[in-house]
Amino acid sequence: MFTRRQALMGAAATAALTAMPPMTAVASTGEADIATLPREKVTLVAPPFVHAHEQVATSGPKVVEFVLPIEEKPVVIDDEGTTFPGMTFNGSIPGPMMVVHEGDYVELTLINAASNSLPHNIDFHAATGALGGGALTLIMPGEQVKLRFKATRSGTFVYHCAPEGAMIPWHVVSGMSGTIMVLPRDGLKNEKGERIAYDRIYYVGENDFYVPRDETGAYKSYDSPGESYADTVEVMRGLVPTHVVFNGAKGALTGDNAMRAKVGETVMIVHSQANRDTRPHLIGGHGDYVWEEGKFDNPPAKNLETWFIRGGSAGAALYTFLQPGVYAYVNHNLIEAVELGATAHFVVDGEWNDDLMKQVEAPGPIPTN
Amino acid sequence: MPHHVAEAVIGAVAAVALPVAIGLVDWAGSTPGPVPGAVETVAIAPGTIEFPLPGEFLADGRPAAAPSRSVRFDRPLHIMADQVSRAAYGECVTAGACRPADGTNSARAADIPVTGVSYLDAEAYAVWYSRTTGETWRLPSAAEWAFAAGERFAGDPFAVADDPKNPAVAWIRRYEEEAAARREPDPQPKPLGHYGPNTHGVRDMAGNVWEWTSTCYSRVRLDSELETNARTTENCGVHVAEGRHRTYMSDFVRDGKSGGCAVGAPPDNLGFRLVRDDAPGWFARLKALAR
Ligand SMILES: [Cu+2]
Repeated sequence: MFTRRQALMGAAATAALTAMPPMTAVASTGEADIATLPREKVTLVAPPFVHAHEQVATSGPKVVEFVLPIEEKPVVIDDEGTTFPGMTFNGSIPGPMMVVHEGDYVELTLINAASNSLPHNIDFHAATGALGGGALTLIMPGEQVKLRFKATRSGTFVYHCAPEGAMIPWHVVSGMSGTIMVLPRDGLKNEKGERIAYDRIYYVGENDFYVPRDETGAYKSYDSPGESYADTVEVMRGLVPTHVVFNGAKGALTGDNAMRAKVGETVMIVHSQANRDTRPHLIGGHGDYVWEEGKFDNPPAKNLETWFIRGGSAGAALYTFLQPGVYAYVNHNLIEAVELGATAHFVVDGEWNDDLMKQVEAPGPIPTN
Repeated sequence: MPHHVAEAVIGAVAAVALPVAIGLVDWAGSTPGPVPGAVETVAIAPGTIEFPLPGEFLADGRPAAAPSRSVRFDRPLHIMADQVSRAAYGECVTAGACRPADGTNSARAADIPVTGVSYLDAEAYAVWYSRTTGETWRLPSAAEWAFAAGERFAGDPFAVADDPKNPAVAWIRRYEEEAAARREPDPQPKPLGHYGPNTHGVRDMAGNVWEWTSTCYSRVRLDSELETNARTTENCGVHVAEGRHRTYMSDFVRDGKSGGCAVGAPPDNLGFRLVRDDAPGWFARLKALAR
């Protein structure tokens, strides 16, 4: 308990003082040293999937390269075909999840395609300094920028676009957020410090959308983000979203796209909300181990029914499925789940356990005698 | 959304300036308004269908496939050739006898089927329309709907196959079948006639507007040892809606889409059409007037 956490805290306190001698694994390293580190190029994948990664690092720190193109494009956000001018990292809402280990360097190439209309940047909650990198990454359409930051704290952290002033919330509720997960080099641990692992991982990004309506009550559509701005900000200021969805659209993680698992498998669910509080709940299941705040140096809470994800953060929950069936994974503000769209499904194959649950008597008329 | 409906209604009133049959106005009620023109009906000749019963069936406590029954129609079935349109429904709203339908996103034309209506709304329309026309109009039963739908009748196409030791097998199979059925949803209501007629000449059956029926939801235990009258629990707070697949909806629900947590394939839209019981002769009509 003494070691890593204290080392980390020490590192955080002294990170600014580059003169300090390298006393810990996360102490400052010179540019020449960084240049000698092994490099790894990672291809990002669209959520809810997560690129292949090691849970326990099998080597020392490295430089992990990601390329993140920004794409402004119309997105359909519900089953009625409501479309709004989305802003995306890598073409998906939410943006892709990145996974590295504590002590790794993240080297990100951010590209603002010439076909886009707005300046964008990126603020990593996992990074230290310069508005999370936002101050160093603002790029115009047709530009790109490369940022490197050291992943000094383990946990799940939101990243989002944060260009300036009034643009910030608008870009975020237009889709520009994602998550980076910084794993401890020696993997996840339970409250006793014992190793725990997952068989599958899903990334569920939750978004709140604010789509303006016309005088007849129908959702308006716009040809470009710029044209939608004034109307959208008006709806945003009311703080009542028109849509609260997982993976960018109502129903995006249901039906053919429902998440899959098998009885006996341990599933990690990373849940982010870059703007607004939420409360995930797995109907018929639990959170065996939950890092509500998403930070792995804190021991996980156990056996939760519902967990709280603060707006502007990402949390992680580990669950071993014990029964087969179709599970709904919802934001347990059920109005948001049912009316606004915050519902996903897990389809879990396997053997039913009568000991855990059994319908002792089927529904039937109430006996009259 | 009320604006939206009002617009459709105004359009409808302007467009459907039909001559008013003087004899009918008096007993049409306290709010004289435009009386709908003769609606096109299709008379389906007497016949017999194999009808998979609606409801939920249990055998030995487990979900079972619905049994089929042969249903004979001895008299012609007179059914509206089209679903009730926005314009037609709008007249009932104008007359104060129906609540405005819930608006949908963009389709505002009068010649599209009314959607965003509950079973209760459909019933209110049938009552008003009967009063206005002096004829007896009502929702079809699920069996009548199936008879009229002919080759377009789907009933409940989803498998009930079950593993006695594992209820999840049935849940997951049904979930996957329903997902497949909804793969390319196009929920925007289309103009009347868009889905064409079936072999009976009834239009738009099993398009993207599901239709309310007068049949109540029921749960039936098929266990042979039970008394017949102990087998069925009927709930008339929920009615059968037919379309691309059969669904059960609470009477006050106007939008089957708001399903959220509930696992299952909801209807794209909820609308209806009516059947007319044999047109009463002049004597029955006189009696109605005297009432
Ligand atoms: Cu941006």
